[in-house]
Amino acid sequence: MSLLEIENLSLSIGTVPVLNGIDLSVRQGEIMALVGESGSGKSMTALTVMQLLPHAARTSGRVLFDGNDLATASEEHMCTLRGDDIGMVFQEPMTALNPLKTIGEQVAEGIRWHTRSSRAEAENRTRRILDRVGLPEAKFPLSRYPHELSGGQRQRVVIAIACALKPRLLIADEPTTALDVVLQAQVLDLLRDLVAENRMGLLLISHDLAVVADMADRITILRNGRVMEDGETAQVLSAQTHPYTRQLAQASAHVPEIRAAAAARNTRKPEDPDSPLLSVRNLTRDYPGRRLSLFRRDTPTRAVDDVSFSIAPGRSVALVGRSGCGKSTLARMVLALDRPTAGEIRFRGETLTGRREAELKPARRDMQVVFQDPYGSFNPRQKVGKLVTEPLHLLEKAPTRAERREMAAAALAEVGLGPDALDKYPHEFSGGQRQRLSIARAIITRPQLVVADEPVSALDVSIRAQILDLFAELNARLGIAYLFITHDLTVARAITDEVMVMKEGRIVERGRTHEVLDNPQSDAAQELVSAAPDLKRALAGRLREQG
Amino acid sequence: MRALANRPLVAGCLITGLVALMALASFLWTPYDVTKLVVADRTQAPSFTHWFGTDHFGRDIASMIMVGARNSIAVALVAVGIGMGIGVPLGLFAAARGGLLDEALMRLNDLVFAFPALLSAIMITAIFGPGAVNAIIAIGIFNVPVFARVARAGALSVWPREFILAARAAGKGQTLITVEHILPNIANQLLVQGTIQFALGILAEAGLSYLGLGAQPPMPSWGRMLFDAQTRMTIAPWMALFPGMAIVITVLGLNLLGDGIADLLDPKSRRRR
Repeated sequence: MSLLEIENLSLSIGTVPVLNGIDLSVRQGEIMALVGESGSGKSMTALTVMQLLPHAARTSGRVLFDGNDLATASEEHMCTLRGDDIGMVFQEPMTALNPLKTIGEQVAEGIRWHTRSSRAEAENRTRRILDRVGLPEAKFPLSRYPHELSGGQRQRVVIAIACALKPRLLIADEPTTALDVVLQAQVLDLLRDLVAENRMGLLLISHDLAVVADMADRITILRNGRVMEDGETAQVLSAQTHPYTRQLAQASAHVPEIRAAAAARNTRKPEDPDSPLLSVRNLTRDYPGRRLSLFRRDTPTRAVDDVSFSIAPGRSVALVGRSGCGKSTLARMVLALDRPTAGEIRFRGETLTGRREAELKPARRDMQVVFQDPYGSFNPRQKVGKLVTEPLHLLEKAPTRAERREMAAAALAEVGLGPDALDKYPHEFSGGQRQRLSIARAIITRPQLVVADEPVSALDVSIRAQILDLFAELNARLGIAYLFITHDLTVARAITDEVMVMKEGRIVERGRTHEVLDNPQSDAAQELVSAAPDLKRALAGRLREQG
Repeated sequence: MRALANRPLVAGCLITGLVALMALASFLWTPYDVTKLVVADRTQAPSFTHWFGTDHFGRDIASMIMVGARNSIAVALVAVGIGMGIGVPLGLFAAARGGLLDEALMRLNDLVFAFPALLSAIMITAIFGPGAVNAIIAIGIFNVPVFARVARAGALSVWPREFILAARAAGKGQTLITVEHILPNIANQLLVQGTIQFALGILAEAGLSYLGLGAQPPMPSWGRMLFDAQTRMTIAPWMALFPGMAIVITVLGLNLLGDGIADLLDPKSRRRR
């Protein structure tokens, strides 16, 4: 019999139906993946199992855990199950831990509560489990606070809390989405080992088919609260019989057609051209160290270390690297939003460094930016018409109101939105549409360079494919050069001509995108490439295993 | 309507509106003339002719409360205006510039904060002479650091957001960004702080006039009425009761209003159903 058996589960919140007739089962020692795009009901399914739904939720159907129906279980009974028999790992390691408590206290809390053990005994078990998840006490004493750990280490603490009592079922809701690829690979390995060691059932919630293909034994694909397809992972993903499965798989390895055609023709070498659009020489940025006392500071941190590169007009260049390697700092300096400590940035032959704001206007006009978070990059209190036309401030002659609207409408048309969007507020748009607005804002002054900082990593795969198409099209049609900052190698592969690999503030490798990614030379690049989840590779591995 | 379901907001609006209406009405009509002393009617208990009774000079307490509301509201409103008018730009400026200037401005702020507001207000009115105008200035000065702090804290939380970076990439300067992006996003915090300071201003004004440093007789004020009542508590308790209630109810109304506005404007506190 299955450990967890969900039968015909329907859920509505208020009058909004969320789940519709979900069937799902997890056996002991098995990894079951729940895959879908945002809003498909993945997280709600997990919360139903935990019985942690919002108050207005109404459910029907059965959720059997070990033969007992959790849907009718009392709150007291659930309290004995949660954290003991069922553990949960959340997506965001920054917010899943209490910042005021030490990691030792947080792990021990559940142990003491459920086993009624003494403080010393709980501490012993805490030590053991933290050691198991890769945080040995010698280096990470129990008295550490969450802010003293990195994102990956925090996620290990969250996993330690969930697995401290060897639960029989572990639910992991997008456990690696907030981490970079190298950390993702490490955390996934850890989860896989823990499952094998304790014969746990793991319900892995993810939007990433490549991760799932590598991890899961079986897979359930959700869309709009309904199960589209389920079965053995390798079989479902290689056969792709269901149209939605095929759509997801194609979107996750999407390469814009224009790019695919161009890649075949493109034989230009990435050598520095005679008249580069952007050239960066020996750029360095130090951040002052932590203040130790009134007059003493820690040694400064070097975020960007002696970086030089150039971008030719119309070229699309990726900057890849792990989180914290200095990618975003570099981008901000290029955009003249942050001052370099040393070095020079030249844009169209003119130097940007050390210029006053008024002198930067012409350069700013030809250099725009698209940010990662489609929610945070708009002032929530302004209408789209005003938001999109913000860069028009840079024009020599201020356009009239009618001209502004016309230019805004044209820019919106360029990104595939109608003029009716002008009078709406940003919250009225979906994530993908907002990213289109963000691009419209960036191209309204017809720039020659757009710096895009992780522009698609907050988007679902199918939306991401559309936005990548848009980027490729604008590059081909308007000749816009890109500096594409990303940690996702499939994005780099899909859309860029060249790639630069960054590590600890330095650019350690540079070359044509597919050459670098197919045959990485530096350690940093090799690490990234081998850690990056890859659907084809994972499926091939699985099929080989099964013979 | 969500606003109507918000009980503190509705109650706060009603009470504040009522007090404001009372103050406005007093310009046109009061039951009795508050400048006329009718010694024959002195210290009369509440009755149908004098709803709230009369004071030791035979003046109608209901009429005095109405006229006193004028004074309280005017003083508190102008004091909040002074605080906002100086404090908000100061806080926004400090947040936009940062660094040493920010540090200096905020330490100056702390310095003003460190003085107990009411005591210093007493000192100011003692030096420059008692009266409504000096009370306004004294209360207003101590509103400045409050608004400066709220504005700076709010602005600092908006500055690192991505839409500010986008605006900077669009070449907008600090002033323009502050006006277009920062101010609209902290307006609700300022509004809430405004109602709280308004309530505190009314209390402070009552305190100053209680000590004889606020509005001067014959202009009635709530604090002054309390002072006059204090020696007659045993023989005419209504003289203290009604002005006291006027102060309590007004402050309560303003605090409810502040809570209500905070609930209404803060998307995080919006309850989902």
